[in-house]
Amino acid sequence: MPVQEKEQKKPAPPLGKWAPAVALGWLIPGGGHFLLKRPGRGLLLLLAITGMFVCGLMMRGYMFQPQSGDLLTTLINTGGFIGDLCGGILYLMTVAFGYSQVDTPGHVHDYGTKFLVTAGLLNLLAMVDAYEIASGRKD
Amino acid sequence: MKMNLSHFEAALLFALFTSVVLGVVTRSTDRDRLHYGIYTFCCFVVALFGLGWLMYLGHG
Repeated sequence: MPVQEKEQKKPAPPLGKWAPAVALGWLIPGGGHFLLKRPGRGLLLLLAITGMFVCGLMMRGYMFQPQSGDLLTTLINTGGFIGDLCGGILYLMTVAFGYSQVDTPGHVHDYGTKFLVTAGLLNLLAMVDAYEIASGRKD
Repeated sequence: MKMNLSHFEAALLFALFTSVVLGVVTRSTDRDRLHYGIYTFCCFVVALFGLGWLMYLGHG
């Protein structure tokens, strides 16, 4: 019997089972894990992602805005914006408090920009993890 | 408050935060998570030194 037939594809879990954890995980880094009663992992995620975002702000990193133009400009700015947006409440508060930094040369600013985007992308990984826990695919 | 770090310090900080998250989300037991986090951090540091030397030697 072929391997594909042996592996039974699990049905997608109902939306109500995972959506609250994923939504809370987006809003507050590690929040999904807290909701799913994994406080230790939630705390580690909260500290690491928030720490990275705050370091990015302290390095005066640049927050991306979606821009159109040539392909590379569109890709970098839209991708960067999505990465920033994944930061959840950290991003929303930063925008609400009027953080504005021009894209200036210098390695510290450059690292800051990468820290801000990476914090959002790491939060995205945490959201995927929360989804897998909520849907019973992972402990 | 502004943070002024060297390339090396910033890269180490980046490696630390990233390793913690990768360790937490990719393994299923606490022991494996700790091991994977340390392993990832070491990989970052080795890559940091390797690429640093490569750029230094490539620069001439």
